Amino acid sequence: MTATPQSPTAGPRATPARPLTRRAAAHTLRAGLVLFFAAPLVFMAVSSLKPDGQIFSDTGTIKAFLPIGDVSLDNYRGVFERVPAAQFLLNSILISTVTVVAGLVINSLAAFALSRMRWRGRKVVLSAIIATLIVPFETLALPLLWWVNKLPWLTANGFQLTLTTGWLDTYQVQILPFIANAFSVYLFHQYFTSIPTELDEAARIEGAGFFTIYRRVVLPLSGPAIATVAILTFLPAWNSYLWPLMVVQSEDLRPVMVGIQYFFQLNVAWGQIMAYSTMITIPVLALFLAFQRSFVNSIASTGVKG
Amino acid sequence: MPTTLTTAPPITRPAATPTKRTARPRRLEALAAVAMASPAVVLLFIFLIVPILLAFGLAFTNAQLVSPRPMRFIGLDNFTRLAGDTVFWASLRNTLYFAVVVVPVQAGCALILAMLVNAKIRGRNFLRTVYFVPAVTSMVVVSLLWRFMYQPDGLVNKFLAAITLGRWEGIDWLNHPTTALPAIMFMSIWQGVGFHMVIWLAGLQTIPLELYEAADIDGATGWNRFRYVTWPGLRATRTFILVTITIATFSLFTQISVMTQGGPLDATSTVVFMAVRTGYEQHSTGYASAISLAFFVLVLTVSAVQRFLTRERP
Repeated sequence: MTATPQSPTAGPRATPARPLTRRAAAHTLRAGLVLFFAAPLVFMAVSSLKPDGQIFSDTGTIKAFLPIGDVSLDNYRGVFERVPAAQFLLNSILISTVTVVAGLVINSLAAFALSRMRWRGRKVVLSAIIATLIVPFETLALPLLWWVNKLPWLTANGFQLTLTTGWLDTYQVQILPFIANAFSVYLFHQYFTSIPTELDEAARIEGAGFFTIYRRVVLPLSGPAIATVAILTFLPAWNSYLWPLMVVQSEDLRPVMVGIQYFFQLNVAWGQIMAYSTMITIPVLALFLAFQRSFVNSIASTGVKG
Repeated sequence: MPTTLTTAPPITRPAATPTKRTARPRRLEALAAVAMASPAVVLLFIFLIVPILLAFGLAFTNAQLVSPRPMRFIGLDNFTRLAGDTVFWASLRNTLYFAVVVVPVQAGCALILAMLVNAKIRGRNFLRTVYFVPAVTSMVVVSLLWRFMYQPDGLVNKFLAAITLGRWEGIDWLNHPTTALPAIMFMSIWQGVGFHMVIWLAGLQTIPLELYEAADIDGATGWNRFRYVTWPGLRATRTFILVTITIATFSLFTQISVMTQGGPLDATSTVVFMAVRTGYEQHSTGYASAISLAFFVLVLTVSAVQRFLTRERP
């Protein structure tokens, strides 16, 4: 089953019949696995097009995976009538975009200072940041909930600034805690360290300041790191569930994942649930298929350095 | 704002004072560095360091999320309550059960998948994509979908009935104390295995091909190639995968929240689920912090043990 069955040196020792049956078995296994991983998602997308009665009568036959019968977009229409789905989508787009963009800037700036500039205390700061990588967010969620409920915020009302306490039910509570990210700083740091410092020195001789070096020398060379951090920040931002579940009550501010709760109030309409699920999966899937190589590289890169 | 600090090398340079010439840019460099690092450092302090400290502090108080009464120091009361809390022990047991099954199975299946798609075959990119798609699908969506499929008359039971020629009697997977957690395990592995396949794959590709060629010359067959070339070459990847899957399994929450709400009979309650229920629904921040702290100690201990067991031996 291990790689390279057509390796020429393997030839003389192995009998020719065995690799053949083995290869056939491996092919069957691969095909079976395609069905195993794809079937549930195909079922979801197909069911989103059918009325509830037909979804149930189709399960158990191959029809469950085919868009045939009474196919329509009624479930999607139903979703928009039942919940403010457009608002949820907008909220998620806003929250994840701001988190990703601000995160890219802030974390790469910090990593630049930590990897390419000399100052006292940088080793301490770097080790402190790396040490926090072991802490899962779930352990912090509840103390953080208590904490954000005590934090002040300035609201501008015309020219009048008012100081309010407590961040619950806001956009910032869904964005600010996730902008600075120890793992992003670490990834940028690793990448920046691999860029030769001679480039900086050359730029310094030309009279460039540090910010210019960051922007004009280091960032343009850091495409892969930027893609990695963007993807690894976007996925949890779009998929976040536990945190918004606790901190957001009003419909206007809810992100997509928390929106699913509405479908279990009153009567459960599975067709609509499948339609909503398909709808909130498609943006991520489209991004994944468009930037597949970056996605895979970014996840692979998390493991290499460990 | 940092641009103003970065007019570093002064054009007028009095050649006589070399000490001043190096000292000033040094200080400017340090200032610029602090300015560039501070946004991230400040945010990490507020949203990461403070909550860590709070977890330790609040665990010894009776803090409430919203409370008219002032917070009081209550010593170890939360921990004595925790020790006598049957839901906590059930949650801890479920969490460990989940981890003990999912960590090896998911890591092992991911490695098998990685080796299957690492072979030079046609369409391997297609295979990798398909195996990976569940991993980019949100856990909320996956949990909803499988909750639907696990129903008594759902897809899973219908499929089992079809392949056993109707001998399978449908069971209500998520409503039986014995089947609920295994059903969630199966689904979680289905979702997460592609993610770790990609990490294994990256590890596999760092193993030099010459090693395999040398093994072939020595007449090594499939299993020995794996045992003496592949497995030792994956040491760093192995540790990383082990630690990340373990932390992920310990943090089990979304699946429970979407599929079972901890039921039936606390059979699927987990430590994080219980902490959220206590701290958010019941507003008991102090007690929830004690649970979080216990959870944190558990995660730390287990990853320390794993690092010790997978350490490099001479």
